Amino acid sequence: MYKELRNHIIKLFGSDTRLDGRKFTDFRPIKLETGVASSAEGSARVNIGKTDVIVGIKTEVMEPFPDTPDEGGIMVGAELLPLSNPDFELGPPGIEAIEIARVVDRGIRESKAINFKKLCIKENEKVWMLVIDICTINDSGNLLDASALAAVAALKDMRFPKYENEKLDYKEKTDKKLDLKDLPITVTVIKIGDKLIVDPDLDEEKVIDARLTVASLSDGTLCALQKGGDYPLTAEDIDKMVHIALGKAKELRRLIR
Amino acid sequence: MAYKQRIDGRKFDETRKIEAKVGIIPRADGSAMFRTGNTVAYAAVYGPRNLHPRFLQDPSKGILRCNYNMMPFSSFGERVRPGGSRRSKEISLVTEKALLPVLDLNEYPNSVVDVFIEFPQTEAGSRCAGISAAAMALADAGLSMKDLVAAVSVGRVDDKLVVDLDYNEESYEDGPVADIPVAMMPNHDKITLLQMDGLISTDELKKVIEMAKKACKDIYKVQNKALKEKYKAEAE
Amino acid sequence: MISMGKINVKDKDIVVPGETLAVGMDNFPGQGTYREGENIVASRLGLAQLDGRTIKLIPLSGRYIPKKFDTIICKVTDVTVNGWRLDTNSPYQAMLSMKEATSQFIERGADLTQFYDIGDYIVGKIVNVTSQKLVDISMKGPGLRRLKGGRMIEVASNKVPRIIGKQGSMVSMIKDATGCNISVGQNGLVWIDGSPEGELLAIMAIRKIEEESHLSGLTDKIKEFLEKNNKGRITNWREKIEGKKDTTDDNNQ
Repeated sequence: MYKELRNHIIKLFGSDTRLDGRKFTDFRPIKLETGVASSAEGSARVNIGKTDVIVGIKTEVMEPFPDTPDEGGIMVGAELLPLSNPDFELGPPGIEAIEIARVVDRGIRESKAINFKKLCIKENEKVWMLVIDICTINDSGNLLDASALAAVAALKDMRFPKYENEKLDYKEKTDKKLDLKDLPITVTVIKIGDKLIVDPDLDEEKVIDARLTVASLSDGTLCALQKGGDYPLTAEDIDKMVHIALGKAKELRRLIR
Repeated sequence: MAYKQRIDGRKFDETRKIEAKVGIIPRADGSAMFRTGNTVAYAAVYGPRNLHPRFLQDPSKGILRCNYNMMPFSSFGERVRPGGSRRSKEISLVTEKALLPVLDLNEYPNSVVDVFIEFPQTEAGSRCAGISAAAMALADAGLSMKDLVAAVSVGRVDDKLVVDLDYNEESYEDGPVADIPVAMMPNHDKITLLQMDGLISTDELKKVIEMAKKACKDIYKVQNKALKEKYKAEAE
Repeated sequence: MISMGKINVKDKDIVVPGETLAVGMDNFPGQGTYREGENIVASRLGLAQLDGRTIKLIPLSGRYIPKKFDTIICKVTDVTVNGWRLDTNSPYQAMLSMKEATSQFIERGADLTQFYDIGDYIVGKIVNVTSQKLVDISMKGPGLRRLKGGRMIEVASNKVPRIIGKQGSMVSMIKDATGCNISVGQNGLVWIDGSPEGELLAIMAIRKIEEESHLSGLTDKIKEFLEKNNKGRITNWREKIEGKKDTTDDNNQ
């Protein structure tokens, strides 16, 4: 369906450029803002080019899971709102939204940036659950990286509400922040033809062969991976893609202060 | 006991602080933000566009579909579970009915105009903010409309008639409360949405609708300005 | 004495639905307006245009709706037994029949994809639109063809006349300055084919026309812009090139 578009993109690759004139490993301009939804305990908004994503966190107090009686946790949901893209439809999250939520979840969870034991209020009885919801406002490509960045920024922005005498008072936020040991940063590298690029726009997303999403810590340790797309990657591809992702992660990490 | 002074210090006929902006969602055919106090509404219009399945099509005119949805973190209390509730379905319906009277979709048979309204944060008056945002988004989408629609909630708190109730007023406990969302065609003085929760006398209802009229005219000014600003900015 | 009506707007004012544009029976409602009692009221968002005592509105936004004799760019979405189904970048699909596709004789049961395949873009002319908006396209006419190579961008369809310019003067100027082949569909699709730099410059010029379409002296501005950017390297292309409506940067929370 997109053969003309694909041919053109590959032709431009031959001149070391892309549809909008970017280099292969250039992101579009990124804007990050926190505290964007005062109803949430933590929130952030990320714009990458015209892509626009909001993440909000609500904290809940609940019984711990039986296998981890002294641990709280996180839950990540993503909604590809039909307001953000003419092709998104109403209804329960589709597989695209589920994948975004799961990849963002894994990036945060496996980074061990949050010590879940510290989210325990009373063993076997009460723990904090941080519910992280991703909502897309405008989809102009690369929702995954925008969502992951906004999620981490929202965690950093978060303040616990007051919890006293077994009662949670959302109206009163404390100044207690979430203790984050590291900031997992997620970058997706795309393969089209034999070229590797980052931050695809809508047209590039239509003709992706394969993608690799890489979440990493500040010391370069990898904490989550997800290969996508219909075509395979070689070990050599993966090595190159991981290196590109780590390089870009350094730049993105600077945005979250 | 009487309600002597509004909890947040406003005059009885004064709305919360209102802001509006048009063109916030580039992918949409029309879009707008409307904010009153802590309630923020985003609206996006897609269409007229192809309507499927076919049996939904109207061969004489385009149809309007509205969807009201709160983002999960938009409540100052507990998280809102994603997916439609009975409440959000009803509000979607009355929103559609509030907007339809100004729209002329005769030029677009068999098609649909979709309006998606989302709230990043809400604190009372969300359906009205949603309608005010949607009306701007429809105008931004270039649709044929004989007027905008402006909406505000009015009502009664104890012995006083008030405009744009906030959360504290809606949940006032020392006396009776009535919450009356009203949408109007501001240049025609016609009412396109009217609901009420609570108790009120017929005399008070008359008075409070007059207050809504005035507030909707003020809201129209804000909507009008926001629409002009978008296109002026483009021109400069 | 009969009182003279009063006009509330100036030429080129931006007006909003519901706004009273004029009072009095000696003014007349044109396109995009309606009469209500003594008043002439805006029935859409638009740019006021005063033509004697008639007030009309020029649209500033809105989707493309197919009109007979428009030349548009379509994408082939389906190949049927007797023709092709086309996406028209509007709420309505179009059909291209075998008869209107070519003057060549096509045998019954022939493989139609040899003419136009799914995913192909074509420049076609609308030959009929029914009241139910069934749209028929023809490929018979000068300039009507399949578009090979190049790239497609989308512009606001109400800006197309400015992009084309008087007798095609604007688009010719861009073609000359950028060395690109350009084809503008009335439905807001623009096809551009040239060198990577030429294409970027052409897109920037087109975006500039979109943004400044209601200002006077547009041709000179675009000429100056093309000359300036053609000499040196293209800078700040990134903001200029991305989408159709340029307002995301400052979204409200």
